[in-house]
Amino acid sequence: MSDVRELDATELARRIASGETSAAEALRSALAAIDTQDGALHAFLRVDREAALERARALDAAQRRGEPLGALHGVPVALKSNMCIADRETNCASRILAGYRPPYTATFVQRLLDAGAIPLGHTNMDEFAMGSSSENSAFGPTRNPWDLARTPGGSSSGSAVAVASGMCPLALGSDTGGSVRQPAALCGVAGFKPTYGRVSRYGLIAFGSSLDQVSPFARSVRDLELATSVISGADPRDSTCVDAPPLAPEEPREGLAGLRVGIPAEALGAGLERGVRRAFDAACAELAALGADCVPVSLAHLEAAIPTYYVVATAEASSNLARYEGVRYGARVPGDGTLQGMFAATRAAGFGAEVKRRILLGTYVLSAGYYEAWYGRALKVRRLIADDFETAFESVDLIATPTSPCVAFALGERVDDPLAMYQSDVLTVPASLAGLPAVSVPCGFAAQGSQSNDGNDGGNGGLPVGLQLVGPTLADARVLAVARAFEEAGGHRRLPPVRARSEGAVT
Amino acid sequence: MSHPASRPAREPDVELVRRTAALARLSIDDAEARELGREFASILEHFRALQSLDAGDARPMTSPTERADVVRPDEPRESLPRERLLAGAPEPCDGFYAVPKTVEKDA
Repeated sequence: MSDVRELDATELARRIASGETSAAEALRSALAAIDTQDGALHAFLRVDREAALERARALDAAQRRGEPLGALHGVPVALKSNMCIADRETNCASRILAGYRPPYTATFVQRLLDAGAIPLGHTNMDEFAMGSSSENSAFGPTRNPWDLARTPGGSSSGSAVAVASGMCPLALGSDTGGSVRQPAALCGVAGFKPTYGRVSRYGLIAFGSSLDQVSPFARSVRDLELATSVISGADPRDSTCVDAPPLAPEEPREGLAGLRVGIPAEALGAGLERGVRRAFDAACAELAALGADCVPVSLAHLEAAIPTYYVVATAEASSNLARYEGVRYGARVPGDGTLQGMFAATRAAGFGAEVKRRILLGTYVLSAGYYEAWYGRALKVRRLIADDFETAFESVDLIATPTSPCVAFALGERVDDPLAMYQSDVLTVPASLAGLPAVSVPCGFAAQGSQSNDGNDGGNGGLPVGLQLVGPTLADARVLAVARAFEEAGGHRRLPPVRARSEGAVT
Repeated sequence: MSHPASRPAREPDVELVRRTAALARLSIDDAEARELGREFASILEHFRALQSLDAGDARPMTSPTERADVVRPDEPRESLPRERLLAGAPEPCDGFYAVPKTVEKDA
């Protein structure tokens, strides 16, 4: 049996290696799941069916010849549309890059290939990774497999949905301010943002260069360990890569005796939905039952994290996105026929509303007369936020919060209110600003809004809730080991119902 | 974590948006300028909390890694062929990128 909907990547790779199934059979199962469901969900912008089948056949042939197998031999993997694969359209869900085929392959994609993975195609995302709902994609939103009227979160929306709905066991997203952890939480899968610099950004189309980190989605924490160990490690092509070896996962922990987990009161204030709070409290009780000591800590500047993040990230975005001017790649609009006019017209036609908003905000906070008051100030407050974590980690091993203050909200609910949308990121941006490793694991289900049901209601009408665990710099293995112990004790992951095309008639 | 949407918006500053758009090489029409002005006002109002914080003499944090300039040996190495790099350009021309003329004939 190789129904990829049921298996995690570790088990699938084991079955392929043992000959119980083949790469081609696993791939056909993945493609069948895509064919059945993606009309309703819109997780993929492009499925590389033929290339994937050809690769699966080649991997099977190599196995028959007795060649050594990589850790992900035959495992189908979905990639976010900001990840370069040579000669395959990589468009960041933006009109300005429609048709762009990079001439090179990202380091982390090459490492997946070297490990035997099969790229399935590119997934939908908020344009240039700017958004928390998928609604900023130039090619239409992705839908949450738990409720088609709701957002899967963002910006790595399609990668989260591909894993949640059983189209593939593993996917890569990028996490700048929570773009993997938040959709993982809202879709009921696991997502891990490694320490900043742990994974090379070479070949990841840049948004916020001091924040962006390639991050896996999976159905089990052991798969996050496996994927991170494959893609991490220094790269001479990215000078911001930390000089650390690839992740070496810890041995699975029997319990969590002696572990000190900090709970910051500032993360549990107004704005947190009651059902999320209940699921989080139940998760803390489960950590305690495993032997962990849950104690209060303070992240005093947490409330400043949203403005700090949006000043830093938009400043970096305005600089990074200056390269899209209709000369070297992507679309070109002639405008008034002058060079400057061509730049301005190309950018006006090519970027969507949220990308323009962020480019303008970023340009403003970097402009003469405003730089010190906004960007300079944000960099100082970023230090205070990082210092808060450092102080907290003097007395605890990890910090736990809900991943998102809310469960999946309805498509359309926040799209006209940028500030309400930015607020979705309030619990994930602090670890991003500080560059810390952070995981989201499913911890229960809850209804939206202030009314709540039991955080462990068996999924009857509830929406997934994620538990976030944040660790000190380079404590990636610890974060994952604790998440794995929590996951294996609690068993909160469930499959959403199959969402066939006939169910897709949601406006 | 108060919900920001309920905060009163400041007066939109359409002129500020126009100036910023010019710096960002982004053409915007009047309707967009008004809408962005309104959004700018409420976003900046919300972000103003940043300026009331006492950041003291905190050292600005530009990146989590803060590595000093990273250099590699100055050795020639293979780069991608020119035609591969030009293949994605909207208007490649004789091995270069073509752009509108920037110098007038009589200048």
